[in-house]
Amino acid sequence: MRNEDLLPLQEVTADEPERLREVAEAEYRTIGGRNRSTDGLFKSTGKAVYTDDITFPGMLHAKILRSTEPHARILSIDPTKALALPGVYDVITGKELPTPYGIIPWTPDEHALALEKVRFVGDAVACVAAIDEETATAALELIEVVYEPLPYYLDPQEALAEEAAENPIHEPRKPGHNGNVLKRVQLEFGPVDEKMAKADVLVQGEYFFHGTTHTPIEPHCAISRMNQNGLLEVWSATQVPHYLHREIARVLGLDVAKVRVVQPAVGGAFGGKSEPFDLEFCVALLAVRTGRPVKILYTREEVFYSHRGRHPMKMTYRVGASRDGRILAVDAKTILDGGAYASFGLVTTYYSGQLLTAPYEIDSYRFDSTRVYTNKAPCGPKRGHGSVQPRFAFEISLDKVAEELDLDPIEFRRGVFMGTGRTVNEFRVRSNGFLECLESVESESGWKDKFRKMGYGRGIGVAGSCYISGTNYPIYPNPMPQAAVQVQVERSGRVTVLHGASEIGQGSDSTMAYIACEELGVPLDYVRVFSADTDLVPVDLGAYSSRETVMVGNACVMACRQIGEQVRGSVASEWGIESSQVRLAGGWAFDSADPASPERRMPIAQAFQLAEAGYGTLGAVGHYNTPKEGVHGEYRGGTIGASPAYSFTAHVAEVEVDPESGFVEVKTIWVAHDCGRALNPMLVEGQIEGSAYMGCAEAILEEQTYKTGEHQGALHDAPSLLDYRIPTSLDCPEFVPLIVESIDPEGPYGAKEAGEGPLHPSLPAIANAIYDAIGIRIDSLPFTPDRVWRAIREAEAAKSAAEVA
Amino acid sequence: MKDVITLHINGDEVEVGVPTHFTLLETLRYALGLTGSKQGCDKGDCGACTVLLDGRPHLACIMPVYEAIGRQITTVEGLAERRVPHPLQDAFDLCGAAQCGFCTPGILCSAYGLLAENPDPSRDEIRQALSGNLCRCTGYTKIFEAVEIAAESLRTGTDPRDIVAERYDLAFPSSSMRPAEHTAGSSTGASHA
Repeated sequence: MRNEDLLPLQEVTADEPERLREVAEAEYRTIGGRNRSTDGLFKSTGKAVYTDDITFPGMLHAKILRSTEPHARILSIDPTKALALPGVYDVITGKELPTPYGIIPWTPDEHALALEKVRFVGDAVACVAAIDEETATAALELIEVVYEPLPYYLDPQEALAEEAAENPIHEPRKPGHNGNVLKRVQLEFGPVDEKMAKADVLVQGEYFFHGTTHTPIEPHCAISRMNQNGLLEVWSATQVPHYLHREIARVLGLDVAKVRVVQPAVGGAFGGKSEPFDLEFCVALLAVRTGRPVKILYTREEVFYSHRGRHPMKMTYRVGASRDGRILAVDAKTILDGGAYASFGLVTTYYSGQLLTAPYEIDSYRFDSTRVYTNKAPCGPKRGHGSVQPRFAFEISLDKVAEELDLDPIEFRRGVFMGTGRTVNEFRVRSNGFLECLESVESESGWKDKFRKMGYGRGIGVAGSCYISGTNYPIYPNPMPQAAVQVQVERSGRVTVLHGASEIGQGSDSTMAYIACEELGVPLDYVRVFSADTDLVPVDLGAYSSRETVMVGNACVMACRQIGEQVRGSVASEWGIESSQVRLAGGWAFDSADPASPERRMPIAQAFQLAEAGYGTLGAVGHYNTPKEGVHGEYRGGTIGASPAYSFTAHVAEVEVDPESGFVEVKTIWVAHDCGRALNPMLVEGQIEGSAYMGCAEAILEEQTYKTGEHQGALHDAPSLLDYRIPTSLDCPEFVPLIVESIDPEGPYGAKEAGEGPLHPSLPAIANAIYDAIGIRIDSLPFTPDRVWRAIREAEAAKSAAEVA
Repeated sequence: MKDVITLHINGDEVEVGVPTHFTLLETLRYALGLTGSKQGCDKGDCGACTVLLDGRPHLACIMPVYEAIGRQITTVEGLAERRVPHPLQDAFDLCGAAQCGFCTPGILCSAYGLLAENPDPSRDEIRQALSGNLCRCTGYTKIFEAVEIAAESLRTGTDPRDIVAERYDLAFPSSSMRPAEHTAGSSTGASHA
């Protein structure tokens, strides 16, 4: 290969000098652009390294033996025969990892391997490390476990019964309580009963959300290696490396400074990888014990059983409104079906009530939520944690109220728009683009020509929602920053951003790169981003609650601006101008007052060199902590659901319902989302489309259910990607993403979240569209053909019975 | 039991010793270190393992490796010519079609197979061709768009970067979206200051 052949690839990526006037006139050079991602080409060329792509010399493979009983005492475990199998190196059981853990520090109720009891089919019981996967799998068959079966509960109502308290799934934390209840939250804001009594319109309904799971295409995987210097390393497909780091050390009894957690590229997470799992503790302990690197890769079936997906919820909603269209009172009662362990359940229980109130003006609000243990795979946080289910119930309720009031449902929602200020449960909202969202979906969908006008079988529906941009408090209480970033600037022009955020496909690495480009004026390909390696980067809490853009973004801005000031100052004194006049953008430092001047323009690397000569090695740290004053109410639980900034979404869904088959085809979903500012509209659209896709799938296709027959009790109904129906390219409607920018004062450049909020309205918008299509309310999910068909038949039967009478 | 077999992968002839029960995917990933092809379900449901055999998409996770002997195997690592990404690979990045990226290698192979047979597919034809590849992040829209842009690029010889810049009327096409027309060491080279 000749050298010249290589030259076309050495692109010059700085802006042409003659364009600097345009650059100077633009508010931002990189922010707001449809820029490439930092990792896209790595992913599309097969170079990105995911956990299972990593191999170490001498690496063992481990497999986990899982319970076949939904609820049983373990009488004995005998690994003798498994240990005798050639190629088997070690077998561990619960007694080797006796420290309980749990993502929420107040509810540590899990063990890496079951100690005395198993609590669902799939609970981890023992783990074998062997020379290869086949040998480990064969050894599992040789481990002899004797169980004493206990009564098991698949329905929360059964678990709540008095007799169930005698054999609870977990021991009660207070004597006299039913151990099957993890948490009950009751909160009331304003005089609900009094207001309800004054309502002109009262709508009451029972709603059911069925339970769904994340289904990332990458199965969970973890590898551990113990080094001679006493450092234990863990690579894992996790979205919370920091929490995993702490928990690995705590459960294994190690010094946290001697544990390193690395998160390689993650193949989808959606909340399903946001707490420690059995495999991570198992590989870590096996690496310590065998002295060999150890890997565990879940089978697809194990991914379904590890679950932590969206809670099934039974919800009773009463909504009272006045004749003039005000929401006077909302009264909600919710039972959450938690599965076998707590997971994030304490928070989910609060979220099921706390996240509901915005974007509407509600005079009074009460919720009563109870999370119950059942002998099924544990539920946890899935994209839109805790609030997708109540939003389904509430937005259908609002549709019913609007109809009673004889108001167009978009008009009604406009009338109860809260604006900025305080929600009824006292959260502070500083930016709110919900009205623009409503207007956008109304005009784009042609709503006025379609609503109640499309004829039988075709319908359109609307729904709104609100979500958090990170939680105001970390999972374990501490006063330290919630996010931090280190930035290094090198004299070649290269900028390195070290941050703790977990890139799981949402684009957090790219977002930090865009911020570095904007603040330091380098082209995108001059930025390197390193993230989520506890030995290299400062602490960040992880990719959950849509916190990365606001929190890590702000930390990144803070770090970059310190260096930016040094660079501008150095250039300014070279040219004898004010430093505020120096602009760093597009690969240049230039005089913003005279962008055409060749004298007052230098390549950015030269500007960095001036600064390095003046200040020494260039580097800075930035951090972010949430505002604590005046952002939430001072009541017990008032901090849960509080966020520095809230996003807002409106959907309009159009459906076609075939009354003969009950088949619902979602044709189009228009999604308008207020993300504050779109740091990259292409990535925001991707989050909007992906969210709407996931919500739509939960509405019409997906269902996490269990077999209830006598000899197959508590087995997962569909633990495969064939039977658990996630949409193919043929099943998806058209998505129309519409971006609304309200510029929040708290977010970096005004940005808020975009990854979870746009999911919420999908489900109720589709439900409301089905009603518009066929005139029948279906308040239980999912809208599969059998259910819709049955609902139509029942409505017809009721109608003809009424006619006969 | 192991066996030594000869395979033709991405233009190379390779000899590899594999356990006789290995699938093509296990051979690629665990015997040859070609980890670009992914395992999502190991039973032919998700399509993440899709590779090309004699130019047509196949599921490597349910194919015994013996079936691949004597055929031309192309994986995601073999789509690019030298260091220039294939227009499909570039378009996926330019359109945000790869979020987590785990399904991307399989989808690229399916799309490559489609464009080889049908250089100007309609959106419905793209939907059909990709229906065996599950993506959990994107809702597919950006993937369809990327395949359309790659198809246009292959048909017209236009750089996918130019198609994207024009389609979105980009005021400042991102730095790395600029067509590759300059050379290193030119007067604007910031790194040569």
